[in-house]
Amino acid sequence: MGCCVPETPGRNAIEVRGVRKVFGAGEAQVAALDTVSVSIRENEFFTLLGPSGCGKTTLLRLIAGFDFPSAGEIMLYGEDIAPLPPFKRPVNTVFQSYALFPHMSVAQNIGFGLEMLGKPKDQVKARVAEMLKLVRMEALANRRTSQISGGQQQRVALARALAPQPKVLLLDEPLSALDYKLRKEMQIELKRLQSETGITFIFVTHDQEEALTMSDRIAVMSSGKILQVGTPRDIYDRPAERFVADFIGETNFLKAEVTGAANGRATVKLSSGVEIPASLPAGFSPSGKVTIVVRPEHAHLVAGNEKASLSGIVENVVYLGTDTHFHLKLDDGDAFIVRRQNARGGPVDLAQGDRAGIIIGGDAAQVLKD
Amino acid sequence: MASAEQVATQAVRRDIRDRWLLSAPALLVIFFAASGPLLIVLVYSFLTPGPYGDVQWTFSKEAWTSVFLERDIFDDTLSFASAHVTIFWRSLKLALMTTIATLLIGFPTAYFIATRSEKSRDLWLFLITIPFWTNLLIRTFAVLQIIRNEGIINTALIKIGIISAPIQILYTDTAILIGMAYVYLPLMVLPIYASMEKLDFRLVEAGYDLYATRWQVLRRIIFPLVKPGVIAGSILVFIPAVGAYVTPSVLGGGKNLMLSNLIELQFGQGRNWPLGAALSITVMVIVMAALLVYVRNTGSSETRHG
Amino acid sequence: MARGFSIKHQPGFTAIAATCFAVLYMPIIVLVAYAFNASSSTSEWGGVSLKWFQSAWNNDQVVDATLRSFQIAATAAILATIVATMAALATTRTAPYPGLTFKYAAINQPLMVPEIVTGVALLIFFSRIKIFSGYSGLGYLIAAHTAFCIPFAYLPIRARLENMDLTLERAAADLYATPLKTFRHVTLPLLWPGILAGLMLAFVISLDDVVITEFVKSGGQDTLPTYMLGQIRRGITPEINAISTAFLLLSIVIVTLFFFISRKRD
Repeated sequence: MGCCVPETPGRNAIEVRGVRKVFGAGEAQVAALDTVSVSIRENEFFTLLGPSGCGKTTLLRLIAGFDFPSAGEIMLYGEDIAPLPPFKRPVNTVFQSYALFPHMSVAQNIGFGLEMLGKPKDQVKARVAEMLKLVRMEALANRRTSQISGGQQQRVALARALAPQPKVLLLDEPLSALDYKLRKEMQIELKRLQSETGITFIFVTHDQEEALTMSDRIAVMSSGKILQVGTPRDIYDRPAERFVADFIGETNFLKAEVTGAANGRATVKLSSGVEIPASLPAGFSPSGKVTIVVRPEHAHLVAGNEKASLSGIVENVVYLGTDTHFHLKLDDGDAFIVRRQNARGGPVDLAQGDRAGIIIGGDAAQVLKD
Repeated sequence: MASAEQVATQAVRRDIRDRWLLSAPALLVIFFAASGPLLIVLVYSFLTPGPYGDVQWTFSKEAWTSVFLERDIFDDTLSFASAHVTIFWRSLKLALMTTIATLLIGFPTAYFIATRSEKSRDLWLFLITIPFWTNLLIRTFAVLQIIRNEGIINTALIKIGIISAPIQILYTDTAILIGMAYVYLPLMVLPIYASMEKLDFRLVEAGYDLYATRWQVLRRIIFPLVKPGVIAGSILVFIPAVGAYVTPSVLGGGKNLMLSNLIELQFGQGRNWPLGAALSITVMVIVMAALLVYVRNTGSSETRHG
Repeated sequence: MARGFSIKHQPGFTAIAATCFAVLYMPIIVLVAYAFNASSSTSEWGGVSLKWFQSAWNNDQVVDATLRSFQIAATAAILATIVATMAALATTRTAPYPGLTFKYAAINQPLMVPEIVTGVALLIFFSRIKIFSGYSGLGYLIAAHTAFCIPFAYLPIRARLENMDLTLERAAADLYATPLKTFRHVTLPLLWPGILAGLMLAFVISLDDVVITEFVKSGGQDTLPTYMLGQIRRGITPEINAISTAFLLLSIVIVTLFFFISRKRD
């Protein structure tokens, strides 16, 4: 290909093939996972993102072995692990509640997995010391787990799960119990640990910001299905479905009509009659009426009725410190939000009731499948 | 290799089997040394009494007839067994009065404990728990020493000059009532406290905010919320009180019989095991009826609260 | 009004509570006091003395009954706690399964039936077995005590299990512990306070029993409570006060231990 960065797809660590998970029986049957297939590459930081009840934790539990799928296969490096009990899977979990053993010290917690594997004592000791160093907890090795802070417990949970050198590490919303600042720190810490250990991480969260900052790739889930898999940039800039666009970040939805499509690009006509270019989801060639999305920061405002893609009246101006949100009512009655970063000596703000034009950049619009 | 789904169903089946195996020893012990023999009691109640105790294996309804009826020795006519009816009535009356007495003292006490600061609450609770765990016979004996003619109450009253001769309390129904109320009091306080502890006092605040008086707050807010505890406490007191054996034996002095004494008599001097069996089953039916009331009440109150 | 309005106040309640505590403890205090009475009367005070404790200590019947009580209580409590622990493991932390409600009912059955009825039932049943087997040892009492101790031992163990975090065991399984190892290294150590509480509860309940023992015992098998009952019926001496006081002390020690164990959080 002659490109500077060689494409290394890597082996698949986990391959989920047509997995269904049904709870209950008969009339009360609920499908927590509805025929899900996804491949997770070796050494990847992979995130399952979705609202509560979307099936992300169920999928994680099936990979860990706390539950068995109703149908389908879960391959770990080519071997179906779905029927194996958790203690026979080279996969470890960091639990949302940490699940540290309260009757053991920090060091005993970290060494537990290796001991259960029957590793010799000195080997366990050495590995525990190594792990304590990795998570910077050497000083607290002999503390009870109830005597350390939430952030420290989080680190112990990580060290404990990493100590047996699992092939895949599963993380079930591990940061949700921490406060904002600590969460930010731990996000960086987690990335560091992942790159230092080279272990595949599967991370479950409902926090889109967390997912965007940490992941190599994200799978967005809803109602037991995976809607879209891609890099954070893909997911944010090129959402394929309304749910994905809506769940991640703020979005403007606009009605439009496709007037031409080729090579993943389309030309759409907005309600104002102006035609703009838009990207298409992979393998999707629409015609007629569609919905397009434009992120608030991908549009900008001009005063009055200058030549713009759309125009409307400023209904509300919300100052948010780093930036300002302008809520507009478009001429066709729809709402539209534009986000502008605040800078010293920036342009004079538009005020409520002013007429303004909206300019949508060349790469800003994305056509949705639904 | 089995599929994951097969493994899962097998795991569930194995789990249920293991759970039966694990509970089997407890169930067997209880069956052979508690529940099972109750069935034999039922069988015995339909047999003929043996001359020296025990039974003869011939069917007879006589025991059940004589629970409430009495056969005249001369003309074989049946009439109301007034002695038995008196004992039934005394047992039920005393059990009911005991329940009411413990409720009247236990409710304010539970409320008092629940309104203490968190730290001192444990101490007060501890003070209720000690008598609860103390041998019932010892506590009955303690009451006996207090209320007898030479006991501290009579002695004190005579010394002060309120009375000139001791009041006979011991070996009366009053003695049994005092004794039962004393020994079963912790059984009333503890469950009421358990529901009182969960009471959200912001609701009481809301009551006062909406112009309720203290009495109205107690009757309309606190009492309905702790009602499950009150019912549990009443059942816990009523059931052992109906079948009480130790307290009436010690404080009733063998004159004022209660149901348990009447039953015991049939296995001792009375030598009428079938009648004893029939009376036992009658006591059990009374207790089951009380339990049923309890289950009904708690069941419906739970559905009402959603 | 300087103190302001207390929302928790109810008129008269504190007075009733104070009376309640006084009434609960007054007879016990009097009973203990007379155990130290030098006079042989149980109504006149003749100075402090330990002679009634001595006389109880030298009374072979008392010693004999005490030892038997402990023997029965210890055996029954241990047996009951073992089977109750197993039963608690079998009936908690599970989706409802066929027979679960039956198990709850069966385990709690001894609590639902008045002691007198159980006593009569066991008298009838065991007297038959005695005739057939010829055995008339302590086994009957131990079996009966074990049965009625089970629901009491079961109570704190089940409560402990239900409050236990299931993810801890999941975490152990995730860290390569087989079900047996998980039980040994995680479940059992965490369950231990519940088991101890159950054991003590069962021990006290067995030690306190009068009614069932009275009906089940063969000749010469008096336990301390049935011996005391016999004595009290015959007329009282301060020796009974002394025995009661020692018994009381034991109860308080056990309750205190129980209280601390069951309140201890992990």
